[in-house]
Amino acid sequence: MINGLDQIFVTLKYWLVGQLANVLPASLLPLVSVLLSLVPILVVFPALFAITTVLERKGLGRIQNRYGPNRVGPFGFLQFAADGIKAIIKEDVVPRAADKVIHFLAPVVLVVPAFLVYSVLPVGRNMVAMDIDAGLLFFFAVGAASELAVFMAGWSSRNKYSLLGAMRAVAQMVSYEIPLILSTVTVVMIVGSLSTVDIVAKQSGYHAIGLPNWFVFTPWGFAGFILFLISANAEANRSPFDMPEGESEIIAGYFIEYSGFKFALFFLAEYLGLFAVSGLAITLFLGGWHAPLAALEFIPSWVWFFAKLLGLIGLFIWTRGTLPRLRVDQLMNFAWKFMLPMALINLLAAACWHLIGAGATRWIVCTLLVVGFYVLLGRGLMAGKKLAKRVYRYAN
Amino acid sequence: MGITFTIIAGLTIAAAVAAMTLRNLIHCALAVAVTFAGLAAAYLQLDAQFVGFAQILVYIGAVSILIVFAVLLTRGGEPSQEKVFSAASVTGIGVTLAVLGVLTWAITKSAVIQRDLPPQPEATVKQIGDALMTKYVLPLEVIGLLLTAALIGAVIIAMRDDVAADVRRRNKNSPGASVAENPPPHVGGYNN
Repeated sequence: MINGLDQIFVTLKYWLVGQLANVLPASLLPLVSVLLSLVPILVVFPALFAITTVLERKGLGRIQNRYGPNRVGPFGFLQFAADGIKAIIKEDVVPRAADKVIHFLAPVVLVVPAFLVYSVLPVGRNMVAMDIDAGLLFFFAVGAASELAVFMAGWSSRNKYSLLGAMRAVAQMVSYEIPLILSTVTVVMIVGSLSTVDIVAKQSGYHAIGLPNWFVFTPWGFAGFILFLISANAEANRSPFDMPEGESEIIAGYFIEYSGFKFALFFLAEYLGLFAVSGLAITLFLGGWHAPLAALEFIPSWVWFFAKLLGLIGLFIWTRGTLPRLRVDQLMNFAWKFMLPMALINLLAAACWHLIGAGATRWIVCTLLVVGFYVLLGRGLMAGKKLAKRVYRYAN
Repeated sequence: MGITFTIIAGLTIAAAVAAMTLRNLIHCALAVAVTFAGLAAAYLQLDAQFVGFAQILVYIGAVSILIVFAVLLTRGGEPSQEKVFSAASVTGIGVTLAVLGVLTWAITKSAVIQRDLPPQPEATVKQIGDALMTKYVLPLEVIGLLLTAALIGAVIIAMRDDVAADVRRRNKNSPGASVAENPPPHVGGYNN
């Protein structure tokens, strides 16, 4: 019964394929099987996007001491439907000076990779659309296409703000991609495989004290997880790293000249990217679909994955509501002077962890390495700065 | 030679032609990106996952971005009004055909084509990694060193300009004019 619920979607898919085998010719069956794996991705994650927009607006409202949407449906929870209808029926305005073809292609090029990356995320036991040898590489390779799409959007609009936003976005994405990938390399080093399924399988089981065998509970894994989350936040262009669209300076950045449904596509791609990278963080560091306690294993694996995903989304909303936006030079300094050296040292820590072998020694060595370097680097970067509370002339 | 290969090859060649003939440099750069994607698809079709994905990651994610930035930073966005085809194109076509002829002749005559195909090797990512870390570790390290040197060189070239301009400004100001009359522009600002 428990196992049945865990595998309900897998069973359902095989049953459907079996039923269709009676109707369709055998040559079409692989295609049908692929479609049955892909359609849930195309349905579930946009639905999650719809829910998240409402949750985010409600959450931000709570943080900023206001109501948020509260008119459509119970407690405003049907706001996403109103937003969607508005986006679809709005006029699609294309500037006269815009490069029409590229202006049209940019949102498409942005959304397609955002969906593609989900095909390697294991959302439950036996629930991955494509278990390939180089899954992690696939994720980053496909994700790299979004930089070009952002540039296409910014350049083709022929608007100085959009071009500025695109330049900022591309510079930021290129800079933060390095710590993002370096922090995942630690996991690849320990697991010895690029396959997402193997990475999740390696994190099964529990420590003697009851903690799960997740990578986040190791010194290098914890540092890697934090580095990954920060870089993911920057990759997704979310506050406090949202200068590419900073409303107060360049209005909306690279998608300023997009309206109607194309604008909605940009939003969709942004959130899909956020979910995907959160899903990857779960796969790499938070044990994928594994339950946090042995006693909780009766809950289906896919429930755990989506619970963790919602938790991470909540964390991102919280960060957005709490931290002010950085300045461009601060952002770049942070990426190159702090994130990159930390990621490299973390790589060294993971190597030590692998070579020393099980025991207390590796815990001590790796913790000292990560924490010591963090303290030294932080102190070193702060040394020349005179940090003090900002004094206002009139407002105090 | 399946239908997949035909589609991929057609797309790649069409994009390559577009990259050479389009007027707007940004369009050319985007067409080059499509060519890279086509090549990656060809690798993937041959079951070379690592090379295919690395091709996308490096060439679409980095090289085309680099090209686009180079175009934007070096000249105006307006396309030039010069003709796309130069008068020397006839000579170019002649040279190309000659090269093609020589290459075809050399390949058909060579002993390689007579050899039997070796059994298809099973190249997983793990094997590539093992080979890179054992047999080919020296070339790998040398390439790493070379790239690091190039990186540092690029930073120094970018920095030298600034330092040189600084020195020039100082030399111009120092005879006669006192420094106090030309206070440096306010740099930096809030340190938080």
